Amino acid sequence: MERDDLIVNDSYAMAAHHSEEAGAAIRKKIWFVTALLTLITAVEVGMGVIFKRSETFTWTAIKWTFIVMTLVKAAYIVLVFMHLGEERRNLKRAVIAPYVLFICYLIFIAITEGFGHLNSFNTLH
Amino acid sequence: MAGNTETIPTDVLWGGGQSPFSVTYGKMMMWFFLVSDALTFGGLLTAYGFARATSEDAWPIGEQVFRALPGLDGQYPLIYVALMTFILIVSSVTMVLAVEAGHRNDKAGVLKWLGATIIGGFFFLGSQAWEWSHFIHGSGGGFQLAKEVTVTADNGETFTLAEGEMIFMDHHFGHLAEPWSEGDANTTLTQEDGHITLTQYGEHEHSAQLHSLTFNKYVENESHVSGDEAVKLWNARSEVFSFGANLEDSEYAVQQTYANFFFFITGFHGFHVFSGVIINIIIFLMALNGVFERRGHYEMVEKTGLYWHFVDLVWVFVFTFFYLI
Repeated sequence: MERDDLIVNDSYAMAAHHSEEAGAAIRKKIWFVTALLTLITAVEVGMGVIFKRSETFTWTAIKWTFIVMTLVKAAYIVLVFMHLGEERRNLKRAVIAPYVLFICYLIFIAITEGFGHLNSFNTLH
Repeated sequence: MAGNTETIPTDVLWGGGQSPFSVTYGKMMMWFFLVSDALTFGGLLTAYGFARATSEDAWPIGEQVFRALPGLDGQYPLIYVALMTFILIVSSVTMVLAVEAGHRNDKAGVLKWLGATIIGGFFFLGSQAWEWSHFIHGSGGGFQLAKEVTVTADNGETFTLAEGEMIFMDHHFGHLAEPWSEGDANTTLTQEDGHITLTQYGEHEHSAQLHSLTFNKYVENESHVSGDEAVKLWNARSEVFSFGANLEDSEYAVQQTYANFFFFITGFHGFHVFSGVIINIIIFLMALNGVFERRGHYEMVEKTGLYWHFVDLVWVFVFTFFYLI
């Protein structure tokens, strides 16, 4: 694996100035992401209005589609708008790994322990 | 260790003094702060999902509760919230453009885009103020039934409504029912030929007639009842009226949890937006005074930008988990 944790020059992010041409390319990317985020939001609202809630598989599938679209939006905001995609690999991991770990744990514990009291009547008595 | 014979030249070896992440201390700490703040919001939304999943009473649906637009009468499910989302996304874009201008040491560009971000932030806060106001005042309020009633809805279907079921009024009638139910002496109820009228006397005398009532307003299968059937429901009312929402009572659901989560989650997020706008204003003034020009870099714009994008990021999740699902 290629090492990227070595300091080859003094390039801190703050000193990383870029030229006019590089700026134009970055702005193009920014507008692309803007259009994408707006489009996803519009699709979400459209789906929310058109599809009626029910106990069926369709609605479950739509809910998961919402969650996936939200994660796509979040990824674009974090990686492009917040420039995390351009940071060093170990900073990326130091930010993302603890968060994902703790949130997954929290959701797991809310689902299993949180509903535990509902079952306790059946198992203990 | 001693067994490791690999030699790394000292000009590429990290020997302290520089960050191994190649970012400044301030920027790294901003990231770590955002991780902890994101955990707070993650906890709030998980708690919301848990409360909703374990609720024994029907839970209100986003597109039924949030479907009003300022100054308009019709129903526009989620349009207003989508508009707020769009405002926040656009202000995130202007922020990232300010950061980009900072990398080119373009002071005028930074001021232009940071200024636009501040305006976008105020637009969002204003929208949220209207949304809160609408949520607190409600759109007509409702009353609980004192006994079981069987009614025929406008669509011809017959429903048996249980005691305690919430029946909702339109906003003209509900507007007068609020003072009347609170015992206001200037508001009177008259019932003639099957017409029920509320009249408020005073400087501006006005009255409203009971035309139709609604049930299941905030859940699935919203139904309207009018004419004699509406009068039947009105006559079966109990003393319990609810108008809008506050910290103790809400017309949106039997349980108070829903309104409490609305106030806490959107309020906590709104407070983040508010502090973000204040921080942006401070950075704008520093840029205006040429502080960053003298420093040689605009990294402060980048750091506040991280915070501002984070606020947008949180809203994306609030939008999905509170309003959409």
